Amino acid sequence: MSKQYDVIIIGAGHNGLVCATYLAKTGRSVLMVEANKQVGGAAITREFSPGYSVSACAHLLHLFHPQIVSDLSLTNHGLKLAATDLHTIALAADGDHLTLTRNSVNGNGLSASDRTAYSEFQNKLRRFARIMQKTFMVRPPRLVHKNMTDLMNLAKLGLSVRMLGRDDMRELLRIGAINIFDVLQEDFQSELLKGVMGFDAVLGSNLGPRSPNTILTYLYRLTGQLHSNGSAISVPSGGMGAVTSSLRAAAEAAGVEIRTDMPVKQVLLDVDTVTGIETNSGEQINSAIVVSNADPKTTFLKLVGARNIETGFVRRIDNIRMQGKAAKLHLALDGKPKFKGVDENQLGHRIVIAPSLTYVERAFDHSKYGEYSNHPAMEISIPTIHDDSLAPTGKHVLSAIIQYAPYDLRAGWESQRESFKQLIVDKLAEYAPGIKDQISASELMVPPDIEKEFNIHGGHWHHGEYTLDQFMMLRPVPGAAQYATPVNGLYLCGAGSHPGGGVMGLAGRNASIEILLREKVA
Amino acid sequence: MKKYDAIVIGAGHNGLTNAAYLAKAGLDVLVLEKNPYIGGATVSRSLYEGWTYSNCSYVCSLFRPEIYRDLELARYGLQIIPYEGGITFMKNGDYFGNYADDERHHREIARHSKRDANAYHRYTADVSRQTRLIRPFMMRTPPDPTSFKPRDVMELIYIIKTYWDLGEEILYDTIRFWTMSVGDFLDEYFESSIIKAHLAGAGIIGTALGVYSPGTAYVLLHHYMGDVDGTIGAWGFARGGMGSIAKALADAFQSFGGEIKVDAGVDKILVSNGRVKGVVLENGDEYHANTVVSNLDPKRTFLKIMEEKDLPADVVKKAKNFKIRGSSGKLNISLDGMPSFYAIPKDHELLKADFHFIDSMERMERAYDDWKNGTWSKDPYLDTLIPTQVDPTMAPPGKHMMTIFVQYCPPKVEGKDWTDEQRDAFGKTVIDQISEYSPDFKDLILHAEIRTPREMENEVGLTEGNIFHGELTMDQLLFNRPFPGYAQYRGPVKGMYMSGSGTHPGGGVMGAPGANSAKEILRDLRRKNTVPEAFSDE
Repeated sequence: MSKQYDVIIIGAGHNGLVCATYLAKTGRSVLMVEANKQVGGAAITREFSPGYSVSACAHLLHLFHPQIVSDLSLTNHGLKLAATDLHTIALAADGDHLTLTRNSVNGNGLSASDRTAYSEFQNKLRRFARIMQKTFMVRPPRLVHKNMTDLMNLAKLGLSVRMLGRDDMRELLRIGAINIFDVLQEDFQSELLKGVMGFDAVLGSNLGPRSPNTILTYLYRLTGQLHSNGSAISVPSGGMGAVTSSLRAAAEAAGVEIRTDMPVKQVLLDVDTVTGIETNSGEQINSAIVVSNADPKTTFLKLVGARNIETGFVRRIDNIRMQGKAAKLHLALDGKPKFKGVDENQLGHRIVIAPSLTYVERAFDHSKYGEYSNHPAMEISIPTIHDDSLAPTGKHVLSAIIQYAPYDLRAGWESQRESFKQLIVDKLAEYAPGIKDQISASELMVPPDIEKEFNIHGGHWHHGEYTLDQFMMLRPVPGAAQYATPVNGLYLCGAGSHPGGGVMGLAGRNASIEILLREKVA
Repeated sequence: MKKYDAIVIGAGHNGLTNAAYLAKAGLDVLVLEKNPYIGGATVSRSLYEGWTYSNCSYVCSLFRPEIYRDLELARYGLQIIPYEGGITFMKNGDYFGNYADDERHHREIARHSKRDANAYHRYTADVSRQTRLIRPFMMRTPPDPTSFKPRDVMELIYIIKTYWDLGEEILYDTIRFWTMSVGDFLDEYFESSIIKAHLAGAGIIGTALGVYSPGTAYVLLHHYMGDVDGTIGAWGFARGGMGSIAKALADAFQSFGGEIKVDAGVDKILVSNGRVKGVVLENGDEYHANTVVSNLDPKRTFLKIMEEKDLPADVVKKAKNFKIRGSSGKLNISLDGMPSFYAIPKDHELLKADFHFIDSMERMERAYDDWKNGTWSKDPYLDTLIPTQVDPTMAPPGKHMMTIFVQYCPPKVEGKDWTDEQRDAFGKTVIDQISEYSPDFKDLILHAEIRTPREMENEVGLTEGNIFHGELTMDQLLFNRPFPGYAQYRGPVKGMYMSGSGTHPGGGVMGAPGANSAKEILRDLRRKNTVPEAFSDE
């Protein structure tokens, strides 16, 4: 039997690292165990072809919370942004494009009414997103349960909705639960503009623009603009891995012990109480507190074991919807790609192919039946424009998130991965003629690959679909929404918990606060 | 010219209910109907000699028992015949039967999946709980959550308390139920695709959403929250067709001294100095009253029969943005005899109720995709009934009348108006689907009435053919129906009210919007309330 720790954290993703650091700062001895060879979980930079590195999963920073950056002094630990406040370039098939910023949209042929509507719409939705953002900072209140903190948080939420004023409150209660498709039809004309806004609402999810809940996901995205103080979308220097490297440095500075290449076999229990973990190599490590940064299905069904938990709770865990629908494409390029109508100094921004709502919806339709679309929508980033550390001099890396690629492709991914990759490259070449000749290496990761590499059940980036029935006190499931679980001493700190995914870090922070509150004895 | 106390525009079931309660309170009420017959979409018509069609709405369950008993509709000949059974035919030649008897039903589910047979008990318990929860709210005016008026605050507290008292776990389940898709909801209980397909239909009927669109679990509830003679969730036929409901309501209304004029289409609601004065008909006749109730859908009300200058700008905008896309079609067929089906013996008891020909939710979702793409479903979801098996009044002896509800059918085909050829092709799609399962169905057809949203709009006045006067999505339910700030049946002009399905609690032959609206009008007029309180289920 080895050394005893106060806390063991399973999984060194960004939330796990955040949680570990906050806990270690209070003087607790914290051990982190990570299955992979490097820390970072789905926020890593890795070489996909000799000399070429890329943010392997998440590739743009837009939700990361400034409170964490300052609490953990991440800037001192090496966090550096190569570019901030990126625009979004929405490409049209005919070579035109729109440029979207937080408050404005510009482009050929865009009507004055669309321009005004855009800034009004963004302002209005940011007012709603601010309410959502406030709830992100505290644990989700339990309903009915008579706890003063929860009742206060609930009252604050109710009050902030009321404080919106009558018209805004009515508008929020009207559109809050519906789809972005219908709402955009009310105010906008440009198909291209609606297309890119609809795309922003569905990126990374298993929803189409016509699916209700897509206003919720859009608001979720907008919270990033609120808490990042203007730096909305950023490219970290050194890729996403640099963010988690700075987190690692902060964690180690706080005294966290990190062991990589150490997959966990199971969480050890004494009836209903955690006693420690057992690794795949058979090593048992004791601790009264185990925090899982793994997704809820992996945590409960694999690490704890369904037979050790109450049936009703297992059923809830079973029913969490978390099948990934996004794929990731990495290209090593011999030179800067040329997108039709996009000049060179725009290349570093976020480029989106989603020319209309119908285009995105049709791409989604295929994925419902286990097919990939012949016309996928995508978000493209070329980080090497800002950061020459990722590729040899003069060479470039293109990273794209592709909607939609169903987890359970009916034809099977093994036989289809290459043809899907080819199809995506063909689609890219429609917008960037000549790109094919620049490609020297490529990699496509579909949801089963993401599942395998990052140990996320279903390959869902957010550890669970972000919809109203899996939101706040329902996330990941009732009974585990306040980071504590039915197993004594076992906590959750991953994106499957409130407030959810995206490289944000708040789930880890909130979990640490909850753990300190509940486990008063050091 | 005689001045009335109140004028109700549109003699649909809600308009008649509304008028009946106003007349019962002693008001002098005039109902104006554009068609030569009353009922709106609650109508029986003879379009082929010897046969009576319920040619729009076709079955009854949601109609509020409070109204049925209070207006003594049985005295006016309204009789609801409950039906039992139901069957879903499968592509592979098998079927799923919906038996009323618990034991038999359990065995039938177990035939397809043992696990699902056990899950079914949990499923019915959970859905029944939601049903019981929602029923008391049907006969109540929704509160305005932004208002500080004591009445609104009290009502809001009442609602929150009702749900709070459920306890933590059930409250969570309730929130999930309201926000989920019927597909995800059923996936949580069942594994067999036929069981799921059989149950999912109620989540999409009349709705421009697919089985996997969040919010459709509520639509399922909307179809479960009725009852026939106290049997919650049961459905029945109105003897003599759905028109019998309108007729009984009209008789009740007239017994209180009310007056109905048919062939009296309203052109405009007259407004002067910010309050209603009456209406002017298409033929130029004017009728005056200080209270005017529109039973038309919100688009027709605010964009057709009211002038933009009489309305606040926000109402015009809200009316324009109101979602009322039609999604359903209808076939009414005269049959020379009872059709037979490959899967079951002739005249099988399961055929006494609704039958369906779609055996997976994927087929349903694909049917929705066709609608999204602007065309009718090529493999549609059909809700088919032959009421003449239990109601002999609707066809000659030995003959039958078949009603087929078709999901999905768009208001326009790829953005263009329907042509007659397209309408016939739509009808053929439906008939062909049934013929796959019935050898003699085609040969038995004597007459078929094919109704797309275009026909429903032109005949009944349902904008875009939407059977609910507006889609049942969260932005158009409860205090949002029809628009936020106007959900308490009062229009934006003094003396103007709404009573149609476009108001809370929405569509289906329910009567609740009409009754709730009458309660608000009588309150404003300081008259004694004549509308009954909601029954308790206990």
